[in-house]
Amino acid sequence: MMADQETAVAGGHDGGHDGGHGHHPTGWRRWLFSTNHKDIGTMYIVLSLVAALVGGAMSFWIRLELLDPGIQFNVFGAGEEAAYFQFYNVLVTGHAFIMVFFVVMPALIGGFGNWFVPLMIGAPDMAFPRMNNVSFWLLAAALVLLLVAAFTQGGPGTGWTIYPPLSNADFHPGAAVDLGILSLHLAGASSVLGAINLITTIFNMRAPGMTIHRMPLFCWSILVTAFLLLMAIPVLAGGLTMLLTDRNFGTAFFDAARGGDPVLWQHIFWFFGHPEVYIIIIPAFGIVSQVVSTFSRKPIFGYLGMVYAMVFIGFVGFVVWAHHMYTAGLDVDTRAYFISASLVIAVPTGIKIFSWLATMWGGSIDFRVPMMFACGFIFLFVMGGVTGVALANAGMDIAFHDTYFVVAHFHYVMAIAAVFGMFTGFYYWIGKMCGRQYPRVLARIHFWSFFIGVNVVFFPQHFSGMAGMPRRIPDYPDNYWGWNYVSSIGAFITTASTLLFFFIVWRTLTAGEKVPANQWGEGATTLEWTVESPAPFHTFEELPDMTDKQADE
Amino acid sequence: MMQRLTILAPMTALSFFGAAGNAFAGGRSEPWQMWFQPAASPVMERIIEFHNLLFVIEVSIVTLVLGLMCYIIVRFNAKANPVPTKTTHNTLLEVVWTGVPLLILMVIAVPSLNLLYYADRIENIEMTLKVTGNQWFWTYSYPDHGGFEFDSVIVPDDELKEGQPRLLTVDNEVVLPVETNIRLLFTSSDVIHNWAVPSLGLKLDTVAGRINENWMRINKEGDYYGMCSELCGINHGFMPIHVKAVSKADFAEWVETARKEFAGAGGPAPVRVAETGAR
Repeated sequence: MMADQETAVAGGHDGGHDGGHGHHPTGWRRWLFSTNHKDIGTMYIVLSLVAALVGGAMSFWIRLELLDPGIQFNVFGAGEEAAYFQFYNVLVTGHAFIMVFFVVMPALIGGFGNWFVPLMIGAPDMAFPRMNNVSFWLLAAALVLLLVAAFTQGGPGTGWTIYPPLSNADFHPGAAVDLGILSLHLAGASSVLGAINLITTIFNMRAPGMTIHRMPLFCWSILVTAFLLLMAIPVLAGGLTMLLTDRNFGTAFFDAARGGDPVLWQHIFWFFGHPEVYIIIIPAFGIVSQVVSTFSRKPIFGYLGMVYAMVFIGFVGFVVWAHHMYTAGLDVDTRAYFISASLVIAVPTGIKIFSWLATMWGGSIDFRVPMMFACGFIFLFVMGGVTGVALANAGMDIAFHDTYFVVAHFHYVMAIAAVFGMFTGFYYWIGKMCGRQYPRVLARIHFWSFFIGVNVVFFPQHFSGMAGMPRRIPDYPDNYWGWNYVSSIGAFITTASTLLFFFIVWRTLTAGEKVPANQWGEGATTLEWTVESPAPFHTFEELPDMTDKQADE
Repeated sequence: MMQRLTILAPMTALSFFGAAGNAFAGGRSEPWQMWFQPAASPVMERIIEFHNLLFVIEVSIVTLVLGLMCYIIVRFNAKANPVPTKTTHNTLLEVVWTGVPLLILMVIAVPSLNLLYYADRIENIEMTLKVTGNQWFWTYSYPDHGGFEFDSVIVPDDELKEGQPRLLTVDNEVVLPVETNIRLLFTSSDVIHNWAVPSLGLKLDTVAGRINENWMRINKEGDYYGMCSELCGINHGFMPIHVKAVSKADFAEWVETARKEFAGAGGPAPVRVAETGAR
């Protein structure tokens, strides 16, 4: 089938090549048929950047609509309010789906995970290079399906939670929700295949001497994330399939009139949905750990504590789901359990925060751009963390549930924090990925404008939420205007900053200065800094031997 | 728009606690409000009380972390501290930063659970109100007062009278007596809605096929507003809640007129597949 000698070489095994590093298929074959972890990682990052433009534009539209009371941008014309409100709900839904499944996960897990897990553990490639290719292209197909869904028969205006009955065939007739479900099925299959690949790679392909307890924290974070994916995604897939058959084949899993129960969906969804937020944020923990250690020029403080805090967060993440359902009418003792379990998560996250601070303590910190983003991440994560502790309390959550306070909370703790994790990783590793350094001054401007922008967007939303403003509404009572206006100003700053980031990407790729193998100096101790920049097509043709190297002590 | 811009002026004059400093303005948010709406029920009073405790803890933690970061940035930057230490472990420190958060969580958990159980049920229920969510209006029925019921639909912007708040005004507000323990029953005739009134500390889903129960007691007469708090489709943002709390005597009087007015049970109501009310 593969007549092309070059393609065969890229197939993951060494083909007895003596030609060296540059020996790989070229043109579209290099990408479409790619089995190279670096190329696939790059494609994931490109997909994430493209999706970020779409998802970001959606959120900008939402903020523009909420800039003033009244309806601002009824593109369907007067008298067509219903179509516009449905469109607004589609924006709310699409923004969440795109950001979660097609921006953050591809960048952190597919992108940086693919690129740097093999490099950091000293493996030549992923364990299943062809499956890696399938994972990526399934995700690309899923993105196309989701965008098609958004423009089909009014689009899915269900929110990313897809609660029935709103999402069933009575209230969302037409193919939009079905296409959305199929899109999530594909994205889920992509994630599960990717997770299997990453777990197998990490378990079996570590270089000699790279024991599991010497593995860099980023690899640990990806390992924990992969297990979460492996356990959470099939549950979502089951629920989605039930919803699909409810919609199309006459089953009644979620239809109360025929003996089903809509709340069952909420349990299934959040059993996936809560681990999902850790799937998003844990890789960012890993990146921040690497960066904090590198730029403090110190090994990470309390390595084992950091590792098992992540494992514990992952585990507890599976037993707290119903704190998303405090107003669903759950039994009071059930809520009491979920309060207690949810509060416990504060302990391992506290360990992580304090360990990062302790790593920096006594260090000789070089505040380069990745380090600035890592510090920004820590601040945002703490901000969102403490409001999370507040929201865990079911009795008080009566006042907060489904208000903008929740919007502020989860954007701080996992959305914006994860984006800061992505930027941290980007600035940290872009030299390794493309061999060129980012423009320093512009990158600093990007950090400050983005940091200020997102805080102006989301901090006032705490106030709107406490004052009682509900989520997911296209218009609001006039008294909510003030903080919404401020929040929308923040959206302008953030959008400008995002465009600046795209400019920085372009400048880096076209005019960045060349960087050496280890551009960060003595603090950068992980294996990816031992290979040249940009990392050659094939790395570690001879496995690095770590047996002599002492662990961090 | 021009009018609204003038609201910017008093912004600086507002205390951090926003509307809390004002006279009781009635159960809806004020411009630039930063805090809860004033409590009008015992549950909301306790929510605010509990939040005051939590807020101190939250601010302390953020201040601590931010303070440490600022100190680290000043003290341990490469210029100030050219030679890094090699410390990577400190058992005592790690035990402390695991144990102290646990203790803080216990300080939170005890009042939290008290609040949860208090807000859930109360004895000595004096009357029942049944709330049914519909796309996109509410139906209220009074099973203890002859079982009359009526729909409560938003008043569109162009039909508002002077002083009626936009997006919060309904044609038939739900009238309830003050200082009465009221049982609330929630259900839905279609998708999931959520009946929420911030100043009364109430928020519960209405789910077809289920009846959710809660209770409330309104402290004083007034108008209390809320909005649907679960995404329920196209007009989710346009199904407000208006609770009009009156004295017990006025309530009895209102019941008499309402029974006649709504005797036809419901008026132009749509099909209610999940109707289970006491008729």
